[in-house]
Amino acid sequence: MPTHAYVPHAPGYVDNDGPKIVTRRFPFEDSYTLQRFEATGGYDGLRSALGRTPAEVHSEVRDATLLGRGGAGFPAGIKWGFLPPGKYPYYLVVNGDESEPGTYKDRLLMERDPHQVIEGSLITCYALGLSQCFLYVRGEMALAQERIAQALNDAYAAGYVGRNILGSDFSVDITMSWGAGAYIVGEETALIESLEGNRGRPRLKPPFFPAAIGLYGQPTIVNNIETMANVPWLMTNSAEQYKTYGSESSPGTRMFAVSGHVRRPGVYEVEQGITTFRDLLYGDNFCQGIREGHELKMFVPGGGSAPWFFPEHLDLPLEARPVGAAGSMLGSGAIMVMDETTDAVKAALRLVRFYARESCGKCTPCREGTTWEERILQRIFDGEGRPSDIDLLLDVADNISPGPYPVASHPDEDLEAVPFPPRQTTICPLGPSSVAPITSTIRRFRHEYEAKITKRDSIPVSAGSVEVEL
Amino acid sequence: MSRFSTDNELVAKEIISRYPLPKSALIPLLHLTQEQNGWVTDDAMLHIAELTGTTPAEVRGTGTFYEMFKFHPVGRYVINICSNLACQLLGAEDLLEHAERKLGVKVGGTTADGLFTLEDVECVAACTEAPALQVNYRYRLRVSVDDFDQLIDDIRSGSASDIPEHGTLSLVRQRIPADRGAGIVAPDDAREIPVWMARNEVAEQS
Ligand SMILES: Cc1cc2nc3c(=O)[nH]c(=O)nc-3n(C[C@H](O)[C@H](O)[C@H](O)COP(=O)(O)O)c2cc1C
Ligand code: SF4
Ligand code: FES
Repeated sequence: MPTHAYVPHAPGYVDNDGPKIVTRRFPFEDSYTLQRFEATGGYDGLRSALGRTPAEVHSEVRDATLLGRGGAGFPAGIKWGFLPPGKYPYYLVVNGDESEPGTYKDRLLMERDPHQVIEGSLITCYALGLSQCFLYVRGEMALAQERIAQALNDAYAAGYVGRNILGSDFSVDITMSWGAGAYIVGEETALIESLEGNRGRPRLKPPFFPAAIGLYGQPTIVNNIETMANVPWLMTNSAEQYKTYGSESSPGTRMFAVSGHVRRPGVYEVEQGITTFRDLLYGDNFCQGIREGHELKMFVPGGGSAPWFFPEHLDLPLEARPVGAAGSMLGSGAIMVMDETTDAVKAALRLVRFYARESCGKCTPCREGTTWEERILQRIFDGEGRPSDIDLLLDVADNISPGPYPVASHPDEDLEAVPFPPRQTTICPLGPSSVAPITSTIRRFRHEYEAKITKRDSIPVSAGSVEVEL
Repeated sequence: MSRFSTDNELVAKEIISRYPLPKSALIPLLHLTQEQNGWVTDDAMLHIAELTGTTPAEVRGTGTFYEMFKFHPVGRYVINICSNLACQLLGAEDLLEHAERKLGVKVGGTTADGLFTLEDVECVAACTEAPALQVNYRYRLRVSVDDFDQLIDDIRSGSASDIPEHGTLSLVRQRIPADRGAGIVAPDDAREIPVWMARNEVAEQS
């Protein structure tokens, strides 16, 4: 099997020689078939789980500190404990809506190892007494839908899913569902709305999180695809073994997609916590540095919604706490790297445009605010901006996310980091996410903004007692 | 016209049967009608409303939220070029401009022969393989301007065989055999504890 190399049938995946938990079957061309899955220990985790009590399975996952991989990084075992006792039925919703800019991992897991996701979902249903599972695949991912559908059909026929699984009294159906193009549906309450057949708009939370009131008003666990993919390994191995990888607060491995101006962009499974951004971006096993003849200007460390980092942040480990304290987040494991040829205003504009396009429109600060942010940035970029536009931009941003917004330190100007997360006047974090590219770039590259501004501000002229703005 | 065919009506009913409440099937059924007709017609929405016990307004209300549903005819091949940041950094803008010239349409437009519709889309989860595009939701990665021309020629000459016509997503449908299903669980039934949980509770108490 090749190491340190792209795997042609898994586009972008780079097989490095670190420990593997979720991508270990990727080098096999037929990794998505039931045959290969069974030949490589597949469904052994389910067997192992069925030999224990549900409570024991839950404890194993809790002890492993399996952090959610969808963005917020909340420990799965703890979330699972929030189900209100006795309010059956409970549901499981597996989030395969992956659409955060820069994020590419859940699609690979669904296309390359769908049975692993199914097995993890089954173990979760067993552990928590969940009565039905919905596996929601992003609409645009036709091949992932195909692989999941085929895997489910095969798993039903072989007795792994459905009635009396593996001859036990454990029975659960898995229904594949699929979306139709809307980033916001990745947010868990919007996903639930979408599964109920509605427009995908988030519900206000708190007070009620899906674990209390979710799908059809019933307690619902929502977990990300990669989170589910880790569960079978925890059963065939153990929480103890899991914690030998990574760091204490971020154990195990994690998939990172590194895109942009690096020599070898790719999707890597790496040990969290102990690997640094520098290792990942410059390491021989990984991205091998910035493309020939260029140098790093900035990078987005955790998907489009994450505040940006700069060369002096490279030595931070891929670990939630230090990254949060440094003003950003690991989010969805998506790193977008930009070299010195990148126009900061243009890059910020592209991400802001994404949020303006994808705002669901349910709350005013986000619906109006993201649109204005895009317009103001666009006119600055087009050379139509006015000096007051920079403050105006920050003012609009402040209506969406009041107070100091998370941002990286700027040692040259003695500016400290503002830690994650942002505050919000909105129903969900989409609106506040639009602010990340703005504050990140204005703090660092105000001169780039100013260089683009050519118009003058209009001067208030007094006409009698009335002030008129021209 | 353009209600579901007899065969597709059966598929639709099967999809509905996998959800606790029929309204949950709206999105998959809108996809199914798009697979049949290439876009979503008024009659199709009426039929979906009948099958799911909803109103046509509810079907439209849900459907119009989602970008993949087209409420007017589009090309047989919808080309979605990703222009989000990771792709922009590696040439998505040039690709998009080239595509407009090659096809002779602006973003959002459909060629006169009804073959191609061009769209400028958000991240399609292929960021390490930039610039990326999809044709009817099938990927083409690290696409150069020459690759793009070749792709168009291949589609025109019928040799891009992995790409079905617009509307078809998965070529495999989920099927739950009648003797294997655990049974869907509606929110207001099965209020009692699942059997395997009950067994373990009893075991823990004794
Ligand atoms: C705007 C927005 C988009 C999101 N998109 C996704 C997504 O595509 N996939 C995902 O798993 N989680 C996404 N999330 C996070 C989910 O709300 C949820 O926290 C996650 O699915 C829980 O799974 P985990 O605990 O296993 O990470 C998104 C959140 C927000 C606010
Ligand atoms: S913040 Fe934006 S996306 Fe989120 S609920 Fe409000 S309008 Fe919708
Ligand atoms: S940015 Fe183009 S695929 Fe993600």
